[in-house]
Amino acid sequence: MRRLEMILSRLVWFVPTLAGLVVIVFLISNVIPTDPVRVALGENATLAQVEAMRVKLGYDKPLAVQLARHFRDVLSGNLGTSIYSQRPISEDLAKRLPATLELTLVAIALSIALGIPLGVVSALKRNSLLDHAVRVVSVSGLAIAAFWLAMQLQFLFAMKLGAAPLNSRIDGFGPEPITGLFIVDSLLSWDMESLGSALSHIALPALTLALPAAATIVRFTRAGVLEVINSNYVLYQRAMGMPPGLVVWKYVLRNALISTVTQIGLIFGVLLTNAVVIETVFDWPGLGTFAVQSILQSDHKAIIGFTIWTGALIVIFNLLVDIAHSIIDPRGTR
Amino acid sequence: MAWRRAVQRFLRDRAATLGTALILLLIVAAVFAPILSPFPSDVADFHTAHRLRPPDSINWLGTDRMGSDLLSRILFGARITIAIAFIAVGTALVVGVPIGLVAGYYGGWASNLLMRVSDIFLAVPQIVLAIAIAQTLGPSIENVILALSITYWPFWTRLVYAETRSLKNEVFVESAIALGASPWRVMVLHILPNIASAIIVRTSIGMGVTILTAAALGFLGLGAPPPAPEWGRMIAESREFLPEAWWYATAPGIAIFMVVMGFNLLGDGLRDILDPRIRRGIGAK
Repeated sequence: MRRLEMILSRLVWFVPTLAGLVVIVFLISNVIPTDPVRVALGENATLAQVEAMRVKLGYDKPLAVQLARHFRDVLSGNLGTSIYSQRPISEDLAKRLPATLELTLVAIALSIALGIPLGVVSALKRNSLLDHAVRVVSVSGLAIAAFWLAMQLQFLFAMKLGAAPLNSRIDGFGPEPITGLFIVDSLLSWDMESLGSALSHIALPALTLALPAAATIVRFTRAGVLEVINSNYVLYQRAMGMPPGLVVWKYVLRNALISTVTQIGLIFGVLLTNAVVIETVFDWPGLGTFAVQSILQSDHKAIIGFTIWTGALIVIFNLLVDIAHSIIDPRGTR
Repeated sequence: MAWRRAVQRFLRDRAATLGTALILLLIVAAVFAPILSPFPSDVADFHTAHRLRPPDSINWLGTDRMGSDLLSRILFGARITIAIAFIAVGTALVVGVPIGLVAGYYGGWASNLLMRVSDIFLAVPQIVLAIAIAQTLGPSIENVILALSITYWPFWTRLVYAETRSLKNEVFVESAIALGASPWRVMVLHILPNIASAIIVRTSIGMGVTILTAAALGFLGLGAPPPAPEWGRMIAESREFLPEAWWYATAPGIAIFMVVMGFNLLGDGLRDILDPRIRRGIGAK
């Protein structure tokens, strides 16, 4: 019951958080002293032209009225038209969402698969050569600029070794669209050729995203295991003659992973952040490339749309993490 | 005596010493860039005859697409990196810390509202909001700094707010209030010194994060306009010359890596000394 209560209270906060996000992004793009009308019309526009355009776009109304309109538009899913693709922005974003989701989810899976075992082994074999190596790599992983790492991986694996495709998401048309996630779709329609192509294309961008995330997970898992392993109840289980492997599985991991799970929520935000830049390097047709194209075209509305969508994604994901957290660690649910 | 022991412990920590050395290297590079660079005028000049030369005895790190010496540009780029990191993080601190302190001390609905606002800021990745701001303002170093400060202050407000709230119930704060100390005095002389170590540790790591974000903005074309030797932009420019000009991206990439590594290692080392409650490895940002 308490868990339900927590989830409900989070859901109640979901609406004002998103509303606040819309307001902040709106204010940022309106209060800042640049005149979008002048920018759109160029320097040679006459005063009369500027005024006419201002009325046409609704910039002559008070800020509060503009904000109310903006809210109405966002609620009805109308984010304006993209200068880049000449299509409605929400349509563009919806079409690109699966690509970004697939990339970030594979990256999260990869970083967990790498990070947790390495963190546990590193803690269990503390101060061994392996532990030192893992720590050096994980400290370095947090200091590398993601876009630079992406280019180095491209250089090595795609250009020099030819082991992976240089960019894009798939060869050919891709599998029958069901979920929009190519890996899932090609499994559902049992299209092995598409599956192979999708996997080989996602390998490098996902690895780029996963490495810094794995570094964070290693650090937290290692610290968590070290803390638990010295606790009284683990000492007690050992003293009772429980085999060490079982102690690790049953008692150490569960408690050590609590802080790691919280981190995974934060990591999703970092991954989306890095995805913006990484997608550009790999020509991955997701939200990130859309954002960058919009920046290059100075497309205000598209960038506002992107910001709102990304914010919503992260808020939703954090909610899921909170729920997962409450299942692993019931203490937190008041 | 206590601080001397702390310094000794810090110097014994090889990682922290390495971090300090890397940051000193950055500062030296920035301050003495005109003296250290082999071709100081190459920040703006170009010599198309020398374009895309691999590293040799004249251009130690090679030349870029304009034929400018990469080493000189990297050294001058250190100035931009330092300016962005110190001013942006500094501004965020100056704004965020007092707000968190006052909100945490007084509480009430206004503080609650303030915390909600900072939650909203924190709900979105820093770079996404920073992109929106920097794009609206137009590409320049000042605007990158402004965008990073606007998006970073809520982090400090949150941190200081939480620490202040927990300290407010401590006996030493209560007794200071009972002795008639003004709220101002309690905040500045009793609470702030006790949360200073948490702030210092996170400032160091925040510098690294900020440098990475600023480089990403530069990479996306939102940073200083050319010919400014901004590291992120240099990497973006080098993209079309891969795989032939491998050295072009290598130099600025390693520069970013060394600096961020320096701040991260320093932050870890400071945490061990200043914040013994938290063991190394906990707390990424």
